[in-house]
Amino acid sequence: MAETATVYEPGTHPDLPPPATEVGVIGWLRQNLFSNWWNSLLTVVGLYLAWAAFAPLIQWAILDADWVGDTRDACSSGGACWVFVNVRINQFMYGFYPLEEQWRVNLTGIIFALSLAWLMVPRIPGKRYGALFVLIVFPIIAYYLLGGGSFGLPEVETTRWGGLMLTLILATAGIVAAFPLGILLALGRRSQMPIVRALSIAYIELWRGVPLITVLFMSSVMLPLFLPEGVYFDKLLRALIGIFMFQAAYIAEVVRGGLQAIPKGQYEAADALGLSYWKKMRLVILPQALKLVIPGIVNTFNELFKDTTLVLIIGLMDLLAIIKTSLEDPNWLGYSIEGYVFAGVVFWIFCFGMSRYSMAIERKLHTGHKR
Amino acid sequence: MSHKSNDEAPAAPSFWRDPRKRQWIFQILVLALVGLLFAYIFHNTLYNLEKRGISTGFDFLNHEAGFNILMSLIPYDETYTYGRTFLVGLLNTLLVSAIGIVFATLIGFLVGVARLSSNWIISRLANLYIEVFRNLPLLLQILFWYFAILPLLPHPRQSIQIGELFLNKRGLYLPKPIFEPGFGWVLAALGLAIVASILIARWAHRRQEATGQPFPVFWTSLGLIVLLPWLAYGLAGFPLNWDLPELRGFNFRGGIGVIPELFALALALSIYTAAYIAEIVRSGIQSVSHGQTEAAYALGLKPGQTLRLVIIPQAMRVIIPQLTSQYLNLTKNSSLAPAIGYPDLVAVFAGTTLNQTGQAVEIIGMTMGVYLVISLTISAFMNWYNKRMALVER
Amino acid sequence: MKIKNLIASGALLAVGTLPVAHAGATLDAVKSKGFVQCGVSTGLPGFSATNDKGEWTGLDVDVCRAVAAAVFGDASKVKYTPLTAKERFTALQSGEIDMLSRNTTWTLTRDTNLGLNFAGVNYYDGQGFMVHKSLGVKSAKELDGAAICIQAGTTTELNLADYFRSNGMKYEAITYDTSDETVKGFEAGRCDVLTSDQSQLYALRIKLKDPKGAMVLPEVISKEPLGPVVRNGDEDWLKVVRWSLFAMVNAEEMGVTSKNVDEVKKTTKDPGKQRLLGLSGIGGKGLKVGDDWAYSIIKQVGNYGEAFERNVGMDSPLKIARGLNALWSKGGIQYAPPIR
Repeated sequence: MAETATVYEPGTHPDLPPPATEVGVIGWLRQNLFSNWWNSLLTVVGLYLAWAAFAPLIQWAILDADWVGDTRDACSSGGACWVFVNVRINQFMYGFYPLEEQWRVNLTGIIFALSLAWLMVPRIPGKRYGALFVLIVFPIIAYYLLGGGSFGLPEVETTRWGGLMLTLILATAGIVAAFPLGILLALGRRSQMPIVRALSIAYIELWRGVPLITVLFMSSVMLPLFLPEGVYFDKLLRALIGIFMFQAAYIAEVVRGGLQAIPKGQYEAADALGLSYWKKMRLVILPQALKLVIPGIVNTFNELFKDTTLVLIIGLMDLLAIIKTSLEDPNWLGYSIEGYVFAGVVFWIFCFGMSRYSMAIERKLHTGHKR
Repeated sequence: MSHKSNDEAPAAPSFWRDPRKRQWIFQILVLALVGLLFAYIFHNTLYNLEKRGISTGFDFLNHEAGFNILMSLIPYDETYTYGRTFLVGLLNTLLVSAIGIVFATLIGFLVGVARLSSNWIISRLANLYIEVFRNLPLLLQILFWYFAILPLLPHPRQSIQIGELFLNKRGLYLPKPIFEPGFGWVLAALGLAIVASILIARWAHRRQEATGQPFPVFWTSLGLIVLLPWLAYGLAGFPLNWDLPELRGFNFRGGIGVIPELFALALALSIYTAAYIAEIVRSGIQSVSHGQTEAAYALGLKPGQTLRLVIIPQAMRVIIPQLTSQYLNLTKNSSLAPAIGYPDLVAVFAGTTLNQTGQAVEIIGMTMGVYLVISLTISAFMNWYNKRMALVER
Repeated sequence: MKIKNLIASGALLAVGTLPVAHAGATLDAVKSKGFVQCGVSTGLPGFSATNDKGEWTGLDVDVCRAVAAAVFGDASKVKYTPLTAKERFTALQSGEIDMLSRNTTWTLTRDTNLGLNFAGVNYYDGQGFMVHKSLGVKSAKELDGAAICIQAGTTTELNLADYFRSNGMKYEAITYDTSDETVKGFEAGRCDVLTSDQSQLYALRIKLKDPKGAMVLPEVISKEPLGPVVRNGDEDWLKVVRWSLFAMVNAEEMGVTSKNVDEVKKTTKDPGKQRLLGLSGIGGKGLKVGDDWAYSIIKQVGNYGEAFERNVGMDSPLKIARGLNALWSKGGIQYAPPIR
């Protein structure tokens, strides 16, 4: 106050720094957390809820947990017993796949990851060939590599497949196999031909209307009755047939969404050029539509991936089922929580990754009037 | 395709070149193939069933079931038939789905709006909620909620008691109303109040359109709906008695029992589906262009009113179709009930009944048929509703 | 029919599976493919479960191994198909598996109506009850009004309903899908009583945090003879399975174990033991297997007593007493026709 006040001409006062309460950490806090009493209350309650949920979890899962050992005696501290998971991690990943043959699973996984990267990373060219590879060549490679029985590879029957590997196989094989039928059904539903359209609609609505669990029951209990005497399908194949029929209906709906999003002018232009129906679809419509439906397909895959946990009710050893079977081992009775938490974490990582990817693609494709 | 010579008149294209004829032939072929496939399956099934000595037909529905069901909305005990178990299971499925749908919608809208909150913590927490619950298999979640809730509840002998309400591991026990003759008057009064409220709402709407004067419809209707039945209740001489639950031996008897399985399943279904609904609500709200909000503010509407009168009605058009498919998913997902012992259709009918009768084709067929009918009904209803909503557009 | 078969084979070839004929020739089919395809439970402690190495173990699994030992002289030539209760009979009927060894109760309906044959009994079980000790209940007759946890099965629910109805008692049944949920429900106090086959009650009890806090009530409310099952009209195969089981019981009766079998084979003068080990008598001719079929079983799988103690008895965590499953000469009812 004692200083001499500088006198400014009106309009020449230099800009003052913003008040300390509006910038920096404090400003951010005030703006985003404590802008009024209601917001402040929400912040406090939110923080408390987060603390109440996570503190005991961390205590149990990390601070108090036992990690190494061979038997249940190693678990004495009262927290989580990760020894159980540790001892069986190979089973949880590969099921009963013979140890010395597991490189085949890994190789299949690597090929699949590479071809997926081909499809998913926008910068790599040749998407069409990538798609053909994944849809046609890869299944054949995977079939011989995993099943064996030829090319000098010993046979590994499907009852020995299990764990995360089986979960991934069910989900990917289900989607890959369902893709062509799904596209056909989507085209059928938008077709001019009344009978084809009616059949497509009936198929799609029928399979979308029933829970997967009943579909799996059907494929495990009813399907053997549908076949002539003395003929049976491998159990895994039966489940896959069920998943495939079920999934095709969902893919069809996703693809239909893509087809509808293509402007009518594209159809008319293709017609005007004199392209036949299949040429029109293959060269003009589907390449555009399929690009649009990638997020939808990824989401469908995500759902299917989570739903594969249901195959345990028909006795297939997917990740959750093999954990449950391990819990029946007389030497490891009573560690179900650890098993389920492990399953949860694995599923979460996969599903979260996929949903992030689908969101990123969606953002890229979405150029609407968002704020 | 065969090639014909060029001698024919150009007016009539060759048989194979006529797209319409070709389409019909193609369609007939497809139909014939599908028909053949079904005939083949049908033939094999009949042959196999006969060969294996599995009885066919729906006679088993009239046989005595002989097993107990935990929860039933209609009278049931071991002496009823398998047909009755079907009904019991169906009603339980419908019940848990209905409860799940209501709460999933509530939680979903709440989280969806919270996701867009200006409060950083709240929007992060909402995001965390969505990412955690959407990316875990529902089966794991159902097991988690069930076995997380159970240990928190006390044993029956140490029940938490609030008035005549008892809460313990066996469930929530409520007094059961027993209606006596005069109760019809109360129901009639309630009906009258509802009709009156609807009429008042219509009248108020017209008046507001004409004169711009608002009328407190909500409070008037609430008053009517609460007061009129009470008045009738008093005038009719309080024609209602209560069957109170009481502890006898191991458990409570009498009253209405709400089992914890129902609670856990409905909770898990709501929480899981709400994560999807929240995303739908968020994208729905974001799809309404920001100019709408600015215009509403310019007209002097408060933020709450803007959300309620401007944003939500427009967002609903985006939200409803997706909401429908979530409701369908929830109903179908309720089929995971057997994991925690909730006696839904799959547990009671496609589970115990199938195990006992072995008639897989009939039972799985009926079960799938029921879900199909439920699905088609919900989508038909939502389509109708969607059309109504779409009409609001000008 | 022919055309239909042709279509079927075409369809099957297209998806890469092979039709397998099985009319009365399971033994030949098994011999030519080189292994026994055995249906087991997806997980039942002591009967069929996988260990840390991913191998199937258990009393039911040992029956499969014994059959493989009899046919091939090698107990490891088994491939397992884990099956749920719902699909087990279908899997056997359709030829997907050669034999079913999955704690299956022998009943009139199953023996006569499903086109199946029971080959014997490898465990005599019965449905019982387990309660929390703190309830102070000493007998199942005191359970009026109790809440009861059940694992969804086939006859379990019916036995329970019958028992309570015939005793004029009421109950509330919570039916779970798997044993793990059943025992957790019981532990969390959702029910007062857990009911299951007695053999399972002991296994479930170990799963509790405080196994000593629970007790198994003395009442057994049903007869559950569990045994391996094969298809009807396949006598040769039925006999191989049946006598593999009998050989194990006979071996225990004669005191021949996996440890002493080699020595017994060298030194024995006992004509019964000589016949058992294929040194004299009919050997494996009647069964159409090698003469040392029983020797292979005993050497590789052990006699019935060994298998019992190893999987469910005192050498296992389950610690189930022999009870009914003791030999007939020791107060039980395990009895096998003589090998002569």
